[in-house]
Amino acid sequence: MAQAGRTRRTKADGKALVALYREMARIREFEEQVQKSYLEGLVHGTTHLCQGQEAVSVGVAAALEPNDRLTYTYRGHGVCIARGMSMAEALGEIFGRVDGVSRGLGGSMHLTDAGRGLIGSFGIVGAGLPCAVGAGLAAQLDGKGRVSVTFFGDGAANIGAVHESMNLAAIWKLPVIFVLENNLYGEFSRINHTTTVEDLADRAAAYAMPGVVVDGNDVLAVKAVAEEAVARARAGMGPTLIEAKTYRHRGHSRTDPAKYRDEKEVKAWLARDPLVLFARQLVKEKHATKADLDGIVEEARAEAARAAETAAASPWPEPRDFTPETFAAP
Amino acid sequence: MDTVELTYRQALSLAVAEEMRRDPSVLVMGEDIGASGGPLKTTEGLFEEFGPARVRDTPISENAFVGAALGLALCGYRPIVEIMFADFLGVCYDQIVNAIAKHRFMSGGRMDVPLVIRVIGGGGLRFGAQHSQTGETWLLPIPGLKIVAASTPEQAYGMLKSAIRDPDPVVFIEHKALLGTKGQVHVGPDNLLPLKGTNLVAEGDRATVVASLAMVPKALEAAEILAGEGIEIDVFDLRALRPMQTGDIVESVKRTAHLLTVEEISLVGGWGAEVVAQTVAEAFDYLDAPPMRLGLPEHPLPYSPPLEDAAIPDAERIAAAVRDLLA
Repeated sequence: MAQAGRTRRTKADGKALVALYREMARIREFEEQVQKSYLEGLVHGTTHLCQGQEAVSVGVAAALEPNDRLTYTYRGHGVCIARGMSMAEALGEIFGRVDGVSRGLGGSMHLTDAGRGLIGSFGIVGAGLPCAVGAGLAAQLDGKGRVSVTFFGDGAANIGAVHESMNLAAIWKLPVIFVLENNLYGEFSRINHTTTVEDLADRAAAYAMPGVVVDGNDVLAVKAVAEEAVARARAGMGPTLIEAKTYRHRGHSRTDPAKYRDEKEVKAWLARDPLVLFARQLVKEKHATKADLDGIVEEARAEAARAAETAAASPWPEPRDFTPETFAAP
Repeated sequence: MDTVELTYRQALSLAVAEEMRRDPSVLVMGEDIGASGGPLKTTEGLFEEFGPARVRDTPISENAFVGAALGLALCGYRPIVEIMFADFLGVCYDQIVNAIAKHRFMSGGRMDVPLVIRVIGGGGLRFGAQHSQTGETWLLPIPGLKIVAASTPEQAYGMLKSAIRDPDPVVFIEHKALLGTKGQVHVGPDNLLPLKGTNLVAEGDRATVVASLAMVPKALEAAEILAGEGIEIDVFDLRALRPMQTGDIVESVKRTAHLLTVEEISLVGGWGAEVVAQTVAEAFDYLDAPPMRLGLPEHPLPYSPPLEDAAIPDAERIAAAVRDLLA
């Protein structure tokens, strides 16, 4: 993985790398916009932001094909943006408006779009893994080389559904990639208070599947391990657990100032901001200038701001009979 | 359409086999449902005919395989998952009530969730408190689920076929004590029974009794006892609990002026309370007595045979309740 940054790259490669940066910047600016919109009273209930974890969503998404399937969590905005959900559809949903991707029936924790493989966003910790295993079984039965990916956090590592799912995927050799985003905190509790192992990837050994630790703030490293896991899965070699070590810049949810975190720890991780790290690399390797990258961030910020305007202009949904949304055949 | 005599158990296996032949997207998953034919032999013959890819033995992991059914359903399959004992619904409750029941709605109605959760429940076989429950009360308040309860081989066959073809999640409750019962079944590729409504299984004008699952044959027995005393009653089999349609029950009560519900579960929050509420709302002025409910006592089901027998309503107690109602 470390070598990936040192390999000689062509101009086309450079473009692809800058595209990865753009996706990360779009997620960052999207989440910043959600925060801003929250302060303006446009976001309701709660919301779970993923600033700091962009490299995981983008690195994994870069290893996938359009017809692969994904399940993820309430901290799932980044995955949705990385898979092409428009910011306006996503913000419309987060604002609870009729033009939201689910017409306001789902909300921030439940952004989905099956056409983009975004089949399930789960608000219950660990609950998205069984669904991804089912999608993996469907892929295996279809025999078309699809894979399924499930994103979950370190907080999910100790819940039963996670272990049951890994075991089921392992015994059936399903094409499932388990992406554990270890941001060190399960809600407000630091991982060393809830877990005895240093690397959660070690848990993969219990299911005789590969468990890989990767720097979750290095988008190319994430992409490389994801590509390897996807290749194994497509080749019928079964599931992989990827543990991406990362950090959320914000608290657990919008009401959490994250005072329980050590200042030095926060500072150290902010210095390893995945966008800053990748920008430094792109400039150093002459794929882009700092001005280019600043321009990309500006564009992303403007895109998010426009999307927020569009979303805020969308009407509220009217209360009505929602039987057709509840049942396909009432 | 042919009519054949089948056991309840055979009717279930036949329904699944026919639907699997008809639709290659149908598959079955559960604990020991494959090579062994099922711990209660309710999937017999399926593994031999359809093989291990479509008849899948799972580890003891209800969370994983019930949740996996959701993923399969979202990706073009029609999975049937079997919960060996209804009591184990508790193990995968989150997947059913938070994921499966809500998925379509939370997607804004864009995703269908065609799956069947087969659940074998019920007491009377000395299985003790953790292996004898019917489980419907746990699921009854959840919008997004369809819940049916088969009391005869005919219903087992026709409703299971409908459940497999249905585009929504269906919880299909079977009863252990009924597995060996025999009955005439109208078999045929498209002999489907709707997943809503009631069956009127005995007729009379003195009282209306509503029962489900294993309480249905007991209510019928009670109807015979009462008929011997000159008391004729309507008996309804509430074979669909959600959506619950009480229109025929209401019309019956308008004639009989008396309502009794009989369920094999504690009364608080049970379907009997809902039947009473809906009937009173529609037929209050027609009632000659407050409706009555029979069910399990307010303690877990005991193991010891005389205690279990005393806890579960039987024909004599149902008949006695009707007499009280009319007194």
